Amino acid sequence: MNAIIFSAILGVVMMFTGIFTDKKPVITLTAIISLIVLLTVNLLNSYGLFSIQIDTKDLLHFNKLGLFFNTLMIAATLIFVLLSGSEIEKISNKTADFYALIFFVLCGTAILTSYNGMLMLFLGIEILSIPLYILTGSDKHNLKSNEASLKYFLMGSFTTGIMLMGIALLYGATGTFGMASVGTGALPPSSGVQGPAFLQVAGLLLLFAAMCFKVSAAPFHFWTPDVYDGAPSVFTSFMATIVKAAGFFAFIKLFASNASLLGPTWNILLSFVIIATLLAGNITAVFQRSIKRMLAYSSIAQVGFMLFALYSNNDLGTEGILLYTVAYSLATIGFFAILMKVKDYTFDGFNGLGTTQPVLAFVATICLLSLAGIPLTAGFFAKYYMLASVVKAGGPLWMVIVAVLFAAISAYYYFKVIQAMYFKEGQPETTEITGGFKFGLLLVAAAIVLVGVLPSIVLNCFYF
Amino acid sequence: MITLLLILTPLVAGLIAFVLKQGNSAKTFALLASIATLAIALVAVFTTGEIGYDAAWLNNLGSRITLKADGMAKMLSLLTAVSFPLIFTAVYNNEYKNAASFYGLMLLSQAGLMGVFLASDALLFYFFWELALIPVYFLCSIWGGEKRIAVTFKFFVYTFIGSLLMLIGLLFMYFNTADQSFSLQSFYAVKLTAQQETIMFWLFFIAFAIKMPIFPFHTWQPDAYEQSPTATTMVMSGIMVKMGVFAVIRWILPMFPNAAAQSANLVIILSIIGMIYASLIAIRQDDIKRMIAYSSIAHIGLMSAAMFTNNQTAMDGVMIQMFSHGVNVIGLWIIADLIEKQLGTRNMSQLGGLAQKAPVMAILLVIMALANVALPLTNAFIGEFLMFNGLFQYNMVMAAIAGISIILAAVYTLNMVQRVIYGELNVITEKATDIPLNVKLALVIITLLVLVFGVFPQPLLNLTGDSVSALFVKK
Repeated sequence: MNAIIFSAILGVVMMFTGIFTDKKPVITLTAIISLIVLLTVNLLNSYGLFSIQIDTKDLLHFNKLGLFFNTLMIAATLIFVLLSGSEIEKISNKTADFYALIFFVLCGTAILTSYNGMLMLFLGIEILSIPLYILTGSDKHNLKSNEASLKYFLMGSFTTGIMLMGIALLYGATGTFGMASVGTGALPPSSGVQGPAFLQVAGLLLLFAAMCFKVSAAPFHFWTPDVYDGAPSVFTSFMATIVKAAGFFAFIKLFASNASLLGPTWNILLSFVIIATLLAGNITAVFQRSIKRMLAYSSIAQVGFMLFALYSNNDLGTEGILLYTVAYSLATIGFFAILMKVKDYTFDGFNGLGTTQPVLAFVATICLLSLAGIPLTAGFFAKYYMLASVVKAGGPLWMVIVAVLFAAISAYYYFKVIQAMYFKEGQPETTEITGGFKFGLLLVAAAIVLVGVLPSIVLNCFYF
Repeated sequence: MITLLLILTPLVAGLIAFVLKQGNSAKTFALLASIATLAIALVAVFTTGEIGYDAAWLNNLGSRITLKADGMAKMLSLLTAVSFPLIFTAVYNNEYKNAASFYGLMLLSQAGLMGVFLASDALLFYFFWELALIPVYFLCSIWGGEKRIAVTFKFFVYTFIGSLLMLIGLLFMYFNTADQSFSLQSFYAVKLTAQQETIMFWLFFIAFAIKMPIFPFHTWQPDAYEQSPTATTMVMSGIMVKMGVFAVIRWILPMFPNAAAQSANLVIILSIIGMIYASLIAIRQDDIKRMIAYSSIAHIGLMSAAMFTNNQTAMDGVMIQMFSHGVNVIGLWIIADLIEKQLGTRNMSQLGGLAQKAPVMAILLVIMALANVALPLTNAFIGEFLMFNGLFQYNMVMAAIAGISIILAAVYTLNMVQRVIYGELNVITEKATDIPLNVKLALVIITLLVLVFGVFPQPLLNLTGDSVSALFVKK
């Protein structure tokens, strides 16, 4: 409960800082302090030292996994603001408002990690999404940003409609918004129907489609490249990591208990989505000229891997999704922070970065290796756990083989950036880079390698 | 502890090399570090019995840092440890831009190679397998020839796909172990159905076959050898290809004996096709580097055929040949590099008459060439003889066909010798001078190894004897 309440309050606080001061560094500093406060109260909550108790009539249910995930999200946001706070300041003079919106997103995240019913799921998704529509369009003099925002808003609203329809059908079938009753298929005895009701199945499928949209899984991924490309890079970084991971968590939580309702169809459906997502993301990413767009497609491809956790639905999958979130967030936030410093977003714009900015190029390489899943980086264990969970769950071997072939394809486009940085000549233009920024980047790289050698660090935090 | 030092010395030295000032200090440092590693390797070789190291790593995954050095691992660590000082000595006069990074990456790849040979835990093995690959990727792409980026990327993607397939295999085996562990012993103990065993066999084998490389997975190799800086080519062809051979013997043969026996015919036929095919192409090459590359495919082909004959003699031959081929091919590369650095060309058609200008080099080249043809009294002869012996017992026809490659080897190698060092001097070769001291030193050491083990191979056979007999006792 702490995180929900505090993120809302701190969001409002952030709005008011905009009134009291125009100095952007002060606003950023306030945001950083607020994030640390938020992180602390959430940690206190997860260790049971201090928690605000409110009777939510079991609409929200706080467990260790959810709280830990919340910690990860807040920590990721903190790293994100520390590295890229200066970029948020550059977008316009509404810096305080942007930070406020980020806190509201975190509020949505906190609800999504603890929801215990369809209503709260819906609220969480909406609280998460609406600030994002604004953040996407925050660069209001840029036509692409506007277009992206509108596109995102229209498609997002439409999906919300589908989701509500699904929830309504489920409610009609079971008479409750609760989670558990959905799974058991509690039908009124008078109906005389054996097995899951048609309404229930239809409702779940609609929810499935809506959640696929939110995490940009194929075939509901078409908004992702345009939105990620159009949004200011700094918010793309935020959306691709924290927001996506939160959506994912909700997705898994919803279907972990309910998937059995769909029977064997579920596995077929999900493997179709996984393969389609891997295919669409990886193949399209290969042909991109802009690195930002490539990252958008690659983020779709990564979702394909994350979906394995949903497929396997076992403890390895749960641990895997935690590791995946850490690995993917660190690498993406780190890489985006570097991308924003380079003026030209095409692959050629990175030519020769290894010579002109060795630290940036080095950290970018570590991030890309992690995204590609090379051993000694966090990304390897993320992918490892995903594959392991499917093998353990007795999933089909062909699907795993297809997935690793796509992983090899992903190495192609990630390595294209490395090739540009180190093996090609050029004089890339960069904006001013401070020593502190470089230091922060090196810390991110160190964290990636550390988790890559000892993944148990993350998992021990969870089990502690 | 010794085994851990074998990995840690190059690893730490490699990391230190990165931060050294550019230029001479890095290469001297790298040379000293590699000599230190060699000293440790010699201690390991002269320690009798199996040595090892064990420490906790990923408890909840069932993976430990387990290193074990039996005879085969000792022999290959020795090869790795011998090769790097030789390589560093031979290229001591070469100027590399960003020399510190160059030597740092070289040492890191050495650490990876050592790890592959010593790891006795599947996940650790996988880690080192990749650790050996990544530095080489960077080495080739930064310091390589004109087409380096595309070529090394092809090499990278090939091996990366192989590694990922192996990863699936590892996972599957892991979940079938009795104690959910990645240790080699647990993997050996896994019981699989025939069908599972066949699938697993191919998942692992493709990864290793790409590395060796065996026909038809060899297409990355000639380009990569040609485009890489020669120091890296030496690492790749001298040691890295042995990773594939080693991995088959250490992992596949004991884990999947039935599938290996079933697929033996197919693998041997592929290997023989590769031998003949590569030899024929080697005859047509004008570029010395490409010729050596194809000749290397032919030699590896024989090793891979011999491994699958399920014959103890042949396996002894493979062991010796792993060492011999590593040393010999490095010798050939050193001379190829020397010619290119001096005369600016590797094309045989533009060379000739070097014997007049560089008599010492000519003598050494002839010795290397004869070793490449596996003439008696050279170290390669023993290995090839034992392997052909085993192959002959397996199938006479196959042995006869494979035997053609010996004749072909003589054709292309002696042809090379003839065109490079005999004949008339021309405008290009006029400029040639004899070899500098550092290269001479490296080549003389290699020559000694060639001759000593050619006459007296027993120490090597004794060293690897325990690994070979363990392999055959198990069955």
